[in-house]
Amino acid sequence: MLDFTFIPRILPSLLKGAGVTLWLTAAAVGIGFIIGSFMGIMASGTSKLLGIVSKLYINVIRGTPLLVQIFLIYFGIPALIGASVPSTLAAIMALSINSGAYIGEIVRGGINSVDRGQFEAAFSLGMNRKLTMLHIIFPQAFKRIIPMLGNEFIAMLKDSSLVAVISMEELLRKGQLAVTRTFKPFEIYIVITLMYLVMTYCISLFVKWSERRFATDER
Amino acid sequence: MKDNIIEVRGLHKKFKRTEALKGVDIDIKKGQVMVLIGPSGSGKSTLLRCMNLLEIPTQGDVIFEGRKINDKSVDINEVRKEMGMVFQSFNLFPHIKVIDNIILAPMKVRGMSKDEATQAGMELLKKVGIPEKANDYPAQLSGGQQQRVAIARALAMKPKVLLFDEPTSALDPEMIGEVLDVMKAVAFEGMTMVVVTHEMGFAREVGDMVSFMDEGLIVERAEPEKLFTAPENARTKLFLSKVLHSS
Ligand SMILES: Nc1ncnc2c1ncn2[C@@H]1O[C@H](COP(=O)(O)OP(=O)(O)OP(=O)(O)O)[C@@H](O)[C@H]1O
Ligand SMILES: [Mg+2]
Repeated sequence: MLDFTFIPRILPSLLKGAGVTLWLTAAAVGIGFIIGSFMGIMASGTSKLLGIVSKLYINVIRGTPLLVQIFLIYFGIPALIGASVPSTLAAIMALSINSGAYIGEIVRGGINSVDRGQFEAAFSLGMNRKLTMLHIIFPQAFKRIIPMLGNEFIAMLKDSSLVAVISMEELLRKGQLAVTRTFKPFEIYIVITLMYLVMTYCISLFVKWSERRFATDER
Repeated sequence: MKDNIIEVRGLHKKFKRTEALKGVDIDIKKGQVMVLIGPSGSGKSTLLRCMNLLEIPTQGDVIFEGRKINDKSVDINEVRKEMGMVFQSFNLFPHIKVIDNIILAPMKVRGMSKDEATQAGMELLKKVGIPEKANDYPAQLSGGQQQRVAIARALAMKPKVLLFDEPTSALDPEMIGEVLDVMKAVAFEGMTMVVVTHEMGFAREVGDMVSFMDEGLIVERAEPEKLFTAPENARTKLFLSKVLHSS
């Protein structure tokens, strides 16, 4: 028989887990955005070497499973340096590095979508590459990639559940722990499913709203 | 020559398949308005874009104020500060306001203060006739207004030369006049200008010299009166008979 009456008792713990999921995702996408911006600019820049470095990074990370990346950092690095990596740090590192590759690809596409005439106009005014990127190209690219960054945030929120395997107590891990205490896996995983759904839905609403807000003054 | 601000010597530009310039020589004197005309694909844009190094020549020299600028040791950005360019497609920055389009480079490249740049920018907007559009975004302006802002933006850097690549070709016919009028005013103030255009009336009235290009070479060069009334080269004659009759 299904029994949801015990849920209120474990809900505080699950909510705490959801909070961890949210900040973990925000940290990963935030750091990933910084990494991705550099990678995207490098990938669409003039330096061959930097272009290769960024493409290698983007392709290696996107071409391998996130779970393997998590294991490599959590189990692999300690074996190498002879000291353990705390699971929170390993989780943030793995998710940020992963997100950085996807966002790098998004940023590269955004930069390439800006008309060449914009570069030329800026160059013809004596602006160097750095000024041109900072003031002309990046702001225009950013507006265009907001929806994709939103999607990346949602994807990362779901993928962050993988760090449950290294005992990072985010939403899924909190659920697992509750299951071991209550032996009610179906009810608990249903609740967890709903909690993920509510989070991703709210974020998608926010993305739609920000898309409209940023779209106003251009063309 | 001391009074030449730009000298182009034996300029070649090869793209992957096409040879766009096949050894061009041209001098631009201080204060001169040089008009470049010629059929589509003759290399007019390429020549103009080699002057401010938006295209890197494959062979030959571009000399600006006595110094060869297509050389690795030259800081391209330093040169471009002194050479404004106005494009066929305006290329205003769509994400910032008109006034910010104008003051951005003077502030970031010339290091002017915001107040100083804004004041100068408003003067320029008055000069091109649309001070009331300062706080609009480019998309809110007509094509003719956008091109006038583009001219103001180029002038804001106080360049020594202005390059125009078919500045009126993307405009509706009724807006061409307002842009040509602004260009005329700039010319009469003594600005050195190199203008690629199909506006033969402008070439004749404002140009000090007209160069006719064909297949990557300057085929004929003369003062406008001479070139339009008594062209010497057969290809010039053919081209002029086509454009003058169709317009
Ligand atoms: N970036 C480029 N890559 C390859 N070929 C090019 C490039 N730019 C120009 N060309 C070629 O070089 C030749 C000269 O082009 P250019 O644009 O200078 O001609 P134009 O005289 O300005 O013509 P139009 O009146 O059509 O603007 C053409 O054959 C053109 O196809
Ligand atoms: Mg052209």
